[in-house]
Amino acid sequence: MTAPLLVLGWGNPSRGDDALGPMLVDALAAYAGRALPAGTVDCLSDYQLQIEHALDLVGRERVLFVDAARGLDAACQMRRVEPQRERRITSHALSPEALLQVFADLQQREPPRCDVLAIRGRRWELGEQPDAQAVADLEQALARAREWLHDAVARGAHTEGVNA
Amino acid sequence: MDTRPLETAADPKGLRRIAIDPLSRVEGHGKVTLLLDDDNRVRQARLHIVEFRGFEKFIEGRPYWEVPVMVQRLCGIYPVSHHLAASKALDRVAGGWPVPPAADRIRRLMHYGQIVQSHALHFFHLASPDLLFGFDAEVDRRNIVGVAGAFPDAARQGVMLRKFGQEVIRITSGKRIHGTGAIPGGMNRAVDPAERDALRAELPQVLAWAQDAVTLARRLHENLPARYADFADTPAAMMSLVGRDGAMELYDGVLRLRESDGRIAVDGFDDQCYRELIDEAVKPWTYMKFPYRRDLGVDDGWYRVGPLARVQNCDFIPTPRAEAARQAFVAAHGGQPVHTVLATHWARMIELLHGVETVAALLDDALITGGPLQAEGPRQRSGIGMIEAPRGTLIHEYEVGDDDLVTRCNLIVSTTHNNQAMNEAVRAVALRYLDGETITEGLLNHIEVAVRAYDPCLSCATHALGQMPLAVSVRAADGRVLDHVLRSSTGELLRDGPAHDAEAAQ
Repeated sequence: MTAPLLVLGWGNPSRGDDALGPMLVDALAAYAGRALPAGTVDCLSDYQLQIEHALDLVGRERVLFVDAARGLDAACQMRRVEPQRERRITSHALSPEALLQVFADLQQREPPRCDVLAIRGRRWELGEQPDAQAVADLEQALARAREWLHDAVARGAHTEGVNA
Repeated sequence: MDTRPLETAADPKGLRRIAIDPLSRVEGHGKVTLLLDDDNRVRQARLHIVEFRGFEKFIEGRPYWEVPVMVQRLCGIYPVSHHLAASKALDRVAGGWPVPPAADRIRRLMHYGQIVQSHALHFFHLASPDLLFGFDAEVDRRNIVGVAGAFPDAARQGVMLRKFGQEVIRITSGKRIHGTGAIPGGMNRAVDPAERDALRAELPQVLAWAQDAVTLARRLHENLPARYADFADTPAAMMSLVGRDGAMELYDGVLRLRESDGRIAVDGFDDQCYRELIDEAVKPWTYMKFPYRRDLGVDDGWYRVGPLARVQNCDFIPTPRAEAARQAFVAAHGGQPVHTVLATHWARMIELLHGVETVAALLDDALITGGPLQAEGPRQRSGIGMIEAPRGTLIHEYEVGDDDLVTRCNLIVSTTHNNQAMNEAVRAVALRYLDGETITEGLLNHIEVAVRAYDPCLSCATHALGQMPLAVSVRAADGRVLDHVLRSSTGELLRDGPAHDAEAAQ
C-alpha cells in the first residue's frame, strides 16, 4: 500500500545547511507518527532529486518537496510546483518541476498536486553543522510543514493508503 | 593531434578569455577556460577545479569504524563506491581481510547494483540527450525531459534500470541511501530471501533492457555524423583492476596498465603497493591533482581509467552477454585500441549489461542469505582499499592510531585519475571545433560533451535551489568584460549581467 501523502526531502547531512531538508523530513516523520494514523504519509530523504523519484510519486494524492535554498529573505517559502520542460541543462540532480514533467511523460497522466518548501540556507561546507539561525529557520519550516500535513488530511487525503 | 602546448599559453597577455563555469550536468565547482587571440585561435585550454574540498580533513580524527558510513557523504552520486572502498581498506585495519565468502558476495551484489544504477543514470540522463539530439540541438531538448518527450521508451528504460540498481543496493545495505551494510571485516546484514525473490522476478525484463541499452549505445555511436568520428581522440594508457586471469573485475583484483597502442605494460600488480606504481603531481592553476606513472614521469605518465579503459584492458568479460558485446565492440574497431571518448558510452553500456548479469548470478547464490558475515584478526595500523567505481579506479588509504582514530587519509577518485585525460580531451575539441570560429553555445557544448563522457564527479551532494548553471565571459587583455552570457536556470540566455564570483579565478 502506498500512503496518499509523500514528503520528500533532499540534501547532504554533512554539508552545512544542505542538511536542513533531511532534518525536516526526520522531524516531520516523528511528528506524523504521533499525530496521524499510520499509513497517512510516507517520508523519504535522498542526497539529490533524481529521475527515479518520479516513481515515488505514483499513487500519491499530494506531495511536499523539501530542500534548502540559497537567497531566501524569509526562513522558508512554500510554493506550488507544476510540470515544466525546463530548458536548463541540469546537473546530476533534477528540479522539482522537471521531475513532475518526467512523471507526466512516463506515466502519461497528470502528476499529483505538489508543493515545494524551501528552507533558507547560507552555509554549505563539508563537515559544517547548521548554526543557530539555521535551526531557528528549520523550526519555522517545520511548523509550516505540519500545517501542510493537516491541510492535506483535511482536504480528504485517504488514511488507508491507495494502490500504486 | 598534439594538444600539450595548449596547457599554458606562451604569452597570455593580449588574449581573450572564455570561461565555461560551472560545467553543467557536472557536480562541483569546475570550469573550462579558453584563451583566444584576436583571430579566435585557441591559445590555452584548461579544465580547472576551483574549490578545495578537504575530504581528507573531514575523515581524519574519526573512529575508523565510523568511516565506511561517513565517506558516503563525500559524494551524492556514488556513495556506495566510497562505502565499499573504505570498508575494504579498513578490513585490513580490523584484521578482517579477506572477509567471509557470504560477506564478499553481498558486497559484490551491492557494488554491481551501484554500477547498474550509475551507468543507467549516466547514459540515459547525461549522455543520451547529446547523442539523440546532436551537440548543436536547442538547449531545451538536450536534457532528460527532452528524451522523455521524444523517446519515452528509452527514458522509461533508463529510469527502471536505475531503480533496479537502487533496489539491489537497498536489499544489501538496508536503505536506498546512507546504508550501513558493509563494516570493517565484513557485513552487518544478509539479504532477505523475500526481497531477493522480488528482484529475481524482475530480471528477465531488466536483462532485456540492458541488452537494448547496448544496442542503442552502439547505434548512436555508429550513426554519429562523420565530423565527430574522431571526436576528442586522445590516445592514452589504460589502467584498471582485472582478475588474476585477465577477466573484467570491478570489486577486487590486481592492477593492469596497458599502453595506448594495446601492449600490456604492467600486469598482476598488487593493489596494496599502488604507491610504487603511481604518484600524484600538483599544478598551480587547479586544485585537482594529476596522478602519473612513476616510471614515465609527470609529463608522459598520465593514463585513463573508467569504462573505455576497462573494456579494453581486460582479456574477457566473465558473463556471456557482455562478453559477446565486448567482442562486437573490439571487432567494430578492427581490433585496434579505441581512444575517441564518445566510445566510452558504448563501453559503459557493455558494463551495465555485465552488471545486470552479475547481479543475476549473485541473486542465485545461496550465500547472500546467510553464513558468517564478519572476520576478525590482528589489528593493523593501515589499509588500502581499491575498487573499480562506475567512473574508474577508486583508492582509499587510511592510517589509524592505537586509539582507533584515523590519523591519515588519502583518496584518489576516478575523476582525479582522469584529470589529464579530460584536459587532453578539452584541448583536442577546442582545436578541432572551436579554433578560429565564432564561439556559440553549441560549440561550447562540444567541450562539455567531451568532459561529460568521463562523467566527472568534481564534488558531490551539495546542491541548492537557484545555483547558476552556466556563464561565459569574454574579457579584454586588460581584464575588462567585453561580453558575458548567462544561461539561466530556465535556460534563457541573458547578457549584461554580472560575472560569476568564481570566474575571477584563473
